[in-house]
Amino acid sequence: MAFFIETMLGGLMTGMLYSLVALGFVLIFKASGVFNFAQGAMVLVAALAMARFSEWSNAALGGDSLFLANVIGIVGAGAVMFVVAWAVERFVLRKLVNQEGATLLMVTLGIAYVLEGLGQTFFGSEIYSIDVGMPKDPVIMFEGLFEGGVLINKEDFIAAALAAVLVAGLTVFFQKTAIGRALRAVADDHQAAQSVGIPLNKTWVIVWCVAGLVALVAGIIWGSKMGVQFSLVTVALRALPVVILGGLTSVPGAIVGGLIIGVGEKLSEVYLGPYVGGGIEIWFAYVMALIVLLFRPQGLFGEKIINRV
Amino acid sequence: MDMTDMNSAATTTPSGRRQGEVILDLQNISLRFGGVKALTDISFNIREHEVRAIIGPNGAGKSSMLNVINGVYHPQEGRIMFRGQQRQKMEPHMAAQQGIARTFQNIALFKGMSVLDNIMTGRNLKMKCNLFQQALWLGPALREEIVHREKVEEIVDFLEIQHIRKTPVGALPYGLQKRVDLGRALAMEPQILLLDEPMAGMNVEEKQDMCRFILDISDQFGTTIVLIEHDMGVVMDISDRVVVLDYGKKIGDGTPDEVRNNQDVINAYLGSGH
Amino acid sequence: MFYRENGQFKTSYAADQQIFTIAQDKWFVWGLIAFAALAVPMLADEYMFRAILIPFLVLSLAALGVNLLVGYCGQITLGAGAFMAIGAYAAYNFMVRIDGMPLVLAMLLGGVSAAAFGILFGIPSLRVRGLYLAVATLAAQFLCDWAFLRIGWFTNHSSSGSVSVAKLEMLGWVIDSPTEKYLFCLAFVIAFAFIAKNLTRAAIGRQWMAIRDMDVAAEVIGIRPMFAKLSAFAVSSFFVGVAGALWGFVHLGSWEPAAFSVDRSFQLLFMVIIGGMGSIMGSFFGAAFIVILPIFLNQFLPLLGSLVGVTVSTAGISHAELIIFGSLIIFFLIVEPHGLARLWSIAKQKLRLWPFPH
Ligand SMILES: Nc1ncnc2c1ncn2[C@@H]1O[C@H](COP(=O)(O)OP(=O)(O)OP(=O)(O)O)[C@@H](O)[C@H]1O
Ligand SMILES: [Mg+2]
Repeated sequence: MAFFIETMLGGLMTGMLYSLVALGFVLIFKASGVFNFAQGAMVLVAALAMARFSEWSNAALGGDSLFLANVIGIVGAGAVMFVVAWAVERFVLRKLVNQEGATLLMVTLGIAYVLEGLGQTFFGSEIYSIDVGMPKDPVIMFEGLFEGGVLINKEDFIAAALAAVLVAGLTVFFQKTAIGRALRAVADDHQAAQSVGIPLNKTWVIVWCVAGLVALVAGIIWGSKMGVQFSLVTVALRALPVVILGGLTSVPGAIVGGLIIGVGEKLSEVYLGPYVGGGIEIWFAYVMALIVLLFRPQGLFGEKIINRV
Repeated sequence: MDMTDMNSAATTTPSGRRQGEVILDLQNISLRFGGVKALTDISFNIREHEVRAIIGPNGAGKSSMLNVINGVYHPQEGRIMFRGQQRQKMEPHMAAQQGIARTFQNIALFKGMSVLDNIMTGRNLKMKCNLFQQALWLGPALREEIVHREKVEEIVDFLEIQHIRKTPVGALPYGLQKRVDLGRALAMEPQILLLDEPMAGMNVEEKQDMCRFILDISDQFGTTIVLIEHDMGVVMDISDRVVVLDYGKKIGDGTPDEVRNNQDVINAYLGSGH
Repeated sequence: MFYRENGQFKTSYAADQQIFTIAQDKWFVWGLIAFAALAVPMLADEYMFRAILIPFLVLSLAALGVNLLVGYCGQITLGAGAFMAIGAYAAYNFMVRIDGMPLVLAMLLGGVSAAAFGILFGIPSLRVRGLYLAVATLAAQFLCDWAFLRIGWFTNHSSSGSVSVAKLEMLGWVIDSPTEKYLFCLAFVIAFAFIAKNLTRAAIGRQWMAIRDMDVAAEVIGIRPMFAKLSAFAVSSFFVGVAGALWGFVHLGSWEPAAFSVDRSFQLLFMVIIGGMGSIMGSFFGAAFIVILPIFLNQFLPLLGSLVGVTVSTAGISHAELIIFGSLIIFFLIVEPHGLARLWSIAKQKLRLWPFPH
């Protein structure tokens, strides 16, 4: 039983990280109708920028203040994400208004490649570390309930809490602020939004920035856990089924979807894997997404897809 | 009394056109999209060979009515009788098999293809060669292609678009696109042709051409035509009977003269500023 | 002055429907085929065959298949690599499990197996499109990656996980030198290119394009979306599957599942975008481009670097490759969705008027 709960909690933690990346997908999709395959590349670039800027400034400061170096790192990485958002709008999206979803999807694959190439050219392509002072030591919980208790990483806890705060913040942002509402209007209807005077270009830059910041948070958490390296881009592929499951237009969907897939992946690997030779994590999420697609294409929480004639 | 009269055999109309049996009978059709009632309890019929107009202000439900007839939308209530038989819920391609063709309000041509290819797709249902024959492009497939190409050339001549045969449709001006749209529908050799605002956005000359084509289709091929049009002059000139919709309800039905003098119709049009 | 249609009048619709409506085009293609079949074997050296020509041919075939689906039928796929894998592993199993199985038949059966799975994974396309379909095809990719790695039966329980075919032989002809391998691939590619051309100008091709351009209108004129889409998936996967068998049997000789990873799927999609969606010729351009660019950069960038006095590392080259690919994809999608093929036909238009541009 303790093992089961441990596995499940482990799954929840991974799921939280999936949720974070999925959140980036949903934000951009809601506001620009673009499914952003480059979200993984954005996580990589953000994490690389953060790792390197803090490393450089740490060296420049003589290793005195890790905190200051990290602040500089975060600010620097934020600036990089802003430049990315601006460039994407200026050089790509602006030229593809009212194009089909498939074209936009393919264009973000191109963006992903460019970001991966540029990011590594500027910041290097080795493995770097991010140290924001997350506690690494495990804690044992529920000792009273089970023999031996349940082993959990403190780091995971903090990460999950951070993610939860971010999600809450974004929900408030979208529901309560004027900008947030404008973003939603853009999502619902580009032309209508334009005709009531919402500048499309600006909202796109903002939303890509927000997605960039989400990527930065995901990058920091993931990077401090496993190091910053190229394989970070694959988290986009891992998080893709999450949004299908949760629904592309739903922020809560991204969260719940991430948790379901995180837990499902771990449990199936542990309990089902041995029978089929293991490694089923890779496709488990996708097969779940496939089933959802066949029976409920809009996902668990998404808005129904209507094709008008 | 009324019913028997409606279903009895041929009568002649003011235009002198032959008017046959009821081919399509729509009974108590209601269609909703969530809370929006697009059509409410609408009944009318269409007779063979006639030109039947559907008119009404914007958003009245005219296009939705055509979409119901050719199976794009499925009404929640009501029956559709086709040649005296109740029609089951059907998909658009089945309606096409029954001989129902249509053109679209917002041109829906295949924009990556040439004019010829667009019209050729209209022959699709009549082409029977299988994939393997097509892959090898020998014998039967080639012969079939040529037979249908000849038919398509007839349509091209009929619509006077020889000069743009090979042009990609995306590059054509609006008026010509409408004509190609009509050509594609004609290529199906339909029994019923549904035209959704075929003259919208055209200048006077183009409208005259289009009217001529519609009348020629009716006269030469005997095709039954259902026409949505906003230009009252055109409607009154070329249609045999007119249905008037407003806010998804039927408010008038009869010959152009009857409709013109119908008080509800006058009110609807005055009310919505037409 | 010589490339024009003047004086070539079509006297029948049959003549008008030929593949190449301008005689010079026809001669150009026949000339190209003759060159590829007769002159290239004499001119190219072993490196050329192994590193450039054979991969180019096989990837062209795969890109052709992807183009039928993406370019002609408008259904996106990110799982082409999986169908290559299915083609390769199925052909392999037909070879090792059935005594006396002819090589070409095994490859075609590999294609048929891929087609069957293509139909299966194409089913979601009846309900969803765009991104959603991309996810469904990715599911195929990851399932195949896993299955060929973990299920021993597919690899005939090979202990290393990699499989290979002992000897390539067709009707007594042993295909072992690079030249022979090249010619073997070339024959496949030519035959399939003609099939693709025929299909795309026939009724089925028009159905695919109709679904791509305006699916509601297509349905209204009587095209069954189910048949059109699934047939596109089947034919496309067949092409891709045969290409996979060629890739494994002829190009690699022995291979592991990683040879058909998701990167391969992306690569094939990029070939189609860069070469030209909805163009047979474009598939070849795209494949050539993607095969040659890395080789070119490997030679050229260090040279360029030494001119300005910096050393370019291999990592630097691979980053440059990413940037260039990415930018080109963006460029073509924005500026010229018909890719290199369109640039080619614009060049031909110019040639038609040359030397008198007005
Ligand atoms: N697919 C759909 N989903 C939701 N509502 C729809 C859909 N199609 C039509 N409607 C609604 O049904 C009503 C009737 O629309 P319809 O297009 O049939 O009108 P119309 O008479 O053709 O108008 P117009 O003259 O502007 O073409 C409108 O309120 C429209 O918004
Ligand atoms: Mg309408």
